[in-house]
Amino acid sequence: MPNIGSYDERVKNFNWNIAERELDYKPGNVINIGWYCSDRICQMGKADKLGLIWEGQGGVEKRYTYNDIRLATNTIGQFLRDLGIKPEDRVCLFMDKIPELYFGFLGILKTGAIAQPLFSAFGDESLFIRLENAQTRILITQKKHAPKVRKIIDKMPWLEYMIIVDQDPAKPLQQREVAFNLEEMPKVDKFEIHPTYAESPSVLHYTSGTTGQPKGVKHVHYSLIAQYLTSKWVLDLRDDDIYWCTADPGWVTGTSYGIIGAFSTGVTQCVLDSGFSAESWYRFIEKHRITMWYSAPTAIRSLMKAGDEIIKKFDLSCLRHLASVGEPLNSEAVIWSEKVFGKPFLDTYWQTETGSIMISNYPGMKIKPGSMGKPFPGITATVVDADKYEPLGETGKIGLIAIKPGWPSMMRMYWGNEETYKNKFKNGWYLPGDRSSIDNEGYFWFVGRDDDVINTGGHLVSPFEVESALLEHPSVAESAVVAKPDFVNMEVVKAFVTLKPGFTGSKDLDLDIMNFVRKKLSPLAMPQEIEFVDSLPKTRSGKIMRRILHAKEWGEEIGDTSTLEND
Amino acid sequence: MEDMKEIIKTYIINEYVEDDSEVTYDTPLISGGIVDSFSMVSLKRFLENKYKISIPDDKATPEAFDSVNKICILVNEYLK
Repeated sequence: MPNIGSYDERVKNFNWNIAERELDYKPGNVINIGWYCSDRICQMGKADKLGLIWEGQGGVEKRYTYNDIRLATNTIGQFLRDLGIKPEDRVCLFMDKIPELYFGFLGILKTGAIAQPLFSAFGDESLFIRLENAQTRILITQKKHAPKVRKIIDKMPWLEYMIIVDQDPAKPLQQREVAFNLEEMPKVDKFEIHPTYAESPSVLHYTSGTTGQPKGVKHVHYSLIAQYLTSKWVLDLRDDDIYWCTADPGWVTGTSYGIIGAFSTGVTQCVLDSGFSAESWYRFIEKHRITMWYSAPTAIRSLMKAGDEIIKKFDLSCLRHLASVGEPLNSEAVIWSEKVFGKPFLDTYWQTETGSIMISNYPGMKIKPGSMGKPFPGITATVVDADKYEPLGETGKIGLIAIKPGWPSMMRMYWGNEETYKNKFKNGWYLPGDRSSIDNEGYFWFVGRDDDVINTGGHLVSPFEVESALLEHPSVAESAVVAKPDFVNMEVVKAFVTLKPGFTGSKDLDLDIMNFVRKKLSPLAMPQEIEFVDSLPKTRSGKIMRRILHAKEWGEEIGDTSTLEND
Repeated sequence: MEDMKEIIKTYIINEYVEDDSEVTYDTPLISGGIVDSFSMVSLKRFLENKYKISIPDDKATPEAFDSVNKICILVNEYLK
């Protein structure tokens, strides 16, 4: 019997206080995610239970009990406090998926400061924009990523320290740099956890929009209530589970379900910190006897591409429950997983701003391959028209996904950007920016984004950011960036570029521009294809019409071109 | 062959390695997290430009790109 029991019954009798009761939380009490994910589990008698099994490159393995996690998070918290960190200060985590990232996240929360995780593959410009916006006081990183920070540190007077967790003692530190070696530090047994409350800020995750700079999505400690319950009911996490969330904590899935959901439910979590290959992933599942696997469509399609033969080399019978997030999971992938693993990947839908799963397929509920499923109990979701934002109320009609605000893990603000935050709410609904329809049984069916944001491998890339970076390349006069269909990543970045006089499009220039964007922004934002063109389609007022380029890439009707220049 | 290995290794160090980590001809590139799946596209483009070859997408797998030695075997297949 799955944890959720009957979905329909849960919907009828739902109240968020189910989670509050399970967590012994009463409104008005102190609530600190760091404590809930370590000290509380120890107090429940599970101090010696394995909380984290980490495997790095070359098969190096480290194991941590919940007591080890408690001590490690205390130690990091104390170190930060000794450096002068104060509640609500921003502390950035800029690391690969190493144990210090997981413990650092919880350690920051224990001090009352705000954790700001950033994807470690970000280039220096992407990093700078986000650190500047948050006015980050401390950044924690590895020596391999430190050079990117050093490149921009002179422009960041607000950044007081860069903590390097694996500094070679033989090498000198530079100004504002501090070494911290978790294994060598005396462990802190008693640490005064800052008394945070429901609305105390906890996490600042950055996400991209169509226009403007990336937005810092502010979450609060009360988000735990939704992250805990969705981990129990959707991911079906149980005490004896060996859980693997493949997401990087540089993105929201990696924190909501790779840290908070995993540790607050007290399961044993496995982390694999190495690059992707089908063989290494299957070996990891077999070796650690993974029971619950939460992954992403891009990874699932990459595994499909690697073929079925390789699966026969491994015993994957340990797998009990599979789920997916990041982008729509196509029906072929659901059917394939049922064929090769004996169980389907259940699609879950949510985003950085929602903080936890909003619409999902549930264990025990009928699965319609390709569907997003139904709203989580306690979540009111519908589709609305794009004019008055009224619910459509008609089966199969496509509209904007709309969610009634008020769930515990809803973002509280875009950092320093109230206007954009307010624009996300229309007629009493929160609009995630996606389109779907609802069938006659209440299942949601994803259609696409309602804007130009590119969803590549489950990560959102702003065309504006890529276009801005392209314009900094010495050869580029103008650029337009759109999504291009891709089997594995769903979408990849494609750039249309006009060149300045004296430059000619060539394969070498193409590669040079690709690498320029990759290093400046990130590999995700690097155009996978660049098309050199003589001109870009523009309106008579000079605005580039991405819509036309997008339609061409997707083989869609171009639509109204009455405003097109030279038409 | 040695020339090719050195050229590819130098390119990888210059383009994908931020610090002073050592890269040998056998260092795991993809499974070792030095080159991610998105960046593989630019590495493939470099090989195609440099050696004037075309590597089919289905041959450009993480396994085939996982070390300088493996990449050289792949490139040599298409040089013939």
